Amino acid sequence: MRRLIRRISIYLLAIWAAVTINFFLPRLAPGDPAKALFFRLSQHGYVNPALLQALESEFGLDTTDPLWLQYLKYLNNLLHGNLGISTSAYPATVAQVINQDIRWTLVLLSISVLISFVAGTLIGVFMAWKRGTALDTSLSAIMTFLYSILYPWLALLVVYFIGFKAGWLPFSDGYDLSLTPGWSLDFILSAAQHAILPAFTIVISTVAGWMLTMRNSMITTLSEDYVTMARAKGLTTRRVMFAYAARNAVLPSVTGFAIAIGSVVGGQLLVEIVFSYPGIGFALYQGILSQDYALADGILLLVIVATVVMNLIVDLLYTVLDPRTRQERSA
Amino acid sequence: MSQSPLTPLSPALGATEARLPPTAPQPGDTLYRRGSLGAKALAVLRSAWRAIASNRKVAAGTGVIAFFALVALLGPLIIHQDPLKYTLTLNASPSAAHWLGTNQGGQDVFSQLVIGTRSSVFWAFLTGMLVVLISITVGLVGGYMGGAVDDALSLLTNVFLVIPSLPLAIVAVQYFNRSTITIAIVVALTNWPWGARVLRAQTLSMRSREFVTAARASGEKTWRIIFAEIFPNEISIVAANFVTTTIQVLLAVAGLEFLGFGDTNTISWGIMLNQAYSSGALLTGSWWWFAPPGLCIALLGAGLALLNFGIDEVADPRLRVRRRPALLARKKLEAA
Repeated sequence: MRRLIRRISIYLLAIWAAVTINFFLPRLAPGDPAKALFFRLSQHGYVNPALLQALESEFGLDTTDPLWLQYLKYLNNLLHGNLGISTSAYPATVAQVINQDIRWTLVLLSISVLISFVAGTLIGVFMAWKRGTALDTSLSAIMTFLYSILYPWLALLVVYFIGFKAGWLPFSDGYDLSLTPGWSLDFILSAAQHAILPAFTIVISTVAGWMLTMRNSMITTLSEDYVTMARAKGLTTRRVMFAYAARNAVLPSVTGFAIAIGSVVGGQLLVEIVFSYPGIGFALYQGILSQDYALADGILLLVIVATVVMNLIVDLLYTVLDPRTRQERSA
Repeated sequence: MSQSPLTPLSPALGATEARLPPTAPQPGDTLYRRGSLGAKALAVLRSAWRAIASNRKVAAGTGVIAFFALVALLGPLIIHQDPLKYTLTLNASPSAAHWLGTNQGGQDVFSQLVIGTRSSVFWAFLTGMLVVLISITVGLVGGYMGGAVDDALSLLTNVFLVIPSLPLAIVAVQYFNRSTITIAIVVALTNWPWGARVLRAQTLSMRSREFVTAARASGEKTWRIIFAEIFPNEISIVAANFVTTTIQVLLAVAGLEFLGFGDTNTISWGIMLNQAYSSGALLTGSWWWFAPPGLCIALLGAGLALLNFGIDEVADPRLRVRRRPALLARKKLEAA
């Protein structure tokens, strides 16, 4: 229990640190981002006093308030879900833009991460079991290559060769734009079809990490005495493989899951961009292109908070999986 | 584990020294000036060679990295074309004149790729080193000092370990000038916690060893104990950490460049990807523009990963495949 409270306080601190960095960076940055941005926007004919005010409060230039008061106001705004006004989707607020896009990202992310974790871990178990065979060697080589693949690059290849050239599956947008979003069968089928290629890309670029972690951890576990004992008792291969070896070998993978989730989310943002997938990653790219700082910051803060929450969930899961962590012992 | 401060480091140390020919110790380096110079250098090179040759993965990884390092070093000597020069041959597919075709501005993709290697490789390794430096400082100081200093540094490490590095890097990089230095600094500041945590754990187990106690008793300064006594014993971990970090950093820098935060007056693999994507190479079908840079990133990353897995195998014999039949036979004998 004490361990859990300590972890939770670390997570809260992490969120606070991210928020604070987000508050101070624009104020530390050289130049005057609000004025520069307003100047650029006014050349495009976006001039609007409300907009300038929104920009200035985003960058903290509008008031004579001391810095600490601005900071408190900023925290207060965040607590009320007020992330500011999007300059690129004006007059929509950042919260509205995110609210609209987040479900696409969440569905895509959870499906692809689940597939990749389960598939990678299972393949890892079998590779460790069959280590030294041609299957293990060739898969190891392929996975080593996939391990360090750049997500958006793989996305470009998939879009071009599978989507654009071969024309097997749709490769841009989240659904057929001629359909109206809703709970109709047509729409759901179309959305599922559009999700296949992005999900495939994320699975391919993340599966190697889970697999290699599991393989190594499994090999180490297989040489433990209790596994030899289980074999000697004449238990079935499946029972030894999963109930004895894999159950213990999966722990490093679960720890790895918590650490990797941040980079997976980051990678997904980049994949969405290439697929023009209507999630927050694509919105982020639009925000960056049009220098919509409020939108980009809002999305990134949300991603950071979400990652921290996922870490907490993994921590809880870990407590269930590893009885040792339930005892009062600080490692 | 031996208690002696002279514990020979794992063979991984030799492997990492030879990882990058340009930075490998050369005869005449100040490091090797003491003693009979030639013989010592030869011994170092020989032990490095033995470490490389002893493991297939280490050998293959080192080969790949050496290849890219050579291209980075000598590339500008081979390529005489200006990689940024616009010509009238637009979107040409690969041919004898343009090995990897041209892009939308008529720029030669092959020369961009070769020249871009220098920036990508250089910044990956430099940023990797920066990350490892921060990790070493935070991890060793925290682990050795203990008490309030350790509490503060561990808290900082744990907090930054949870915050996803790429999103944080995007938050940070968007307010500053678009340059590779900005990207490198931001990536370095967002990627250090993992290494720091590993090194802190190792230092904790190291600080009660006899040689550290002896150094303290003889009145050595704290920073000397940390960096001259403890640090050399952790070089193998630092080396393995440097390799994994460099993969991460290579991908992070390329990712940020892909998003358009790179300096477009220069050329690198990530910037090539950004330009290819943003000017619609997908629609014009110029696969020769966006495929090669990503392939280079994946190959260099695979080389680094191979080296890392090789180091793992050297350090943990259980992961080695070759030994298995012998071990199994022995186990069977024991069982019988």
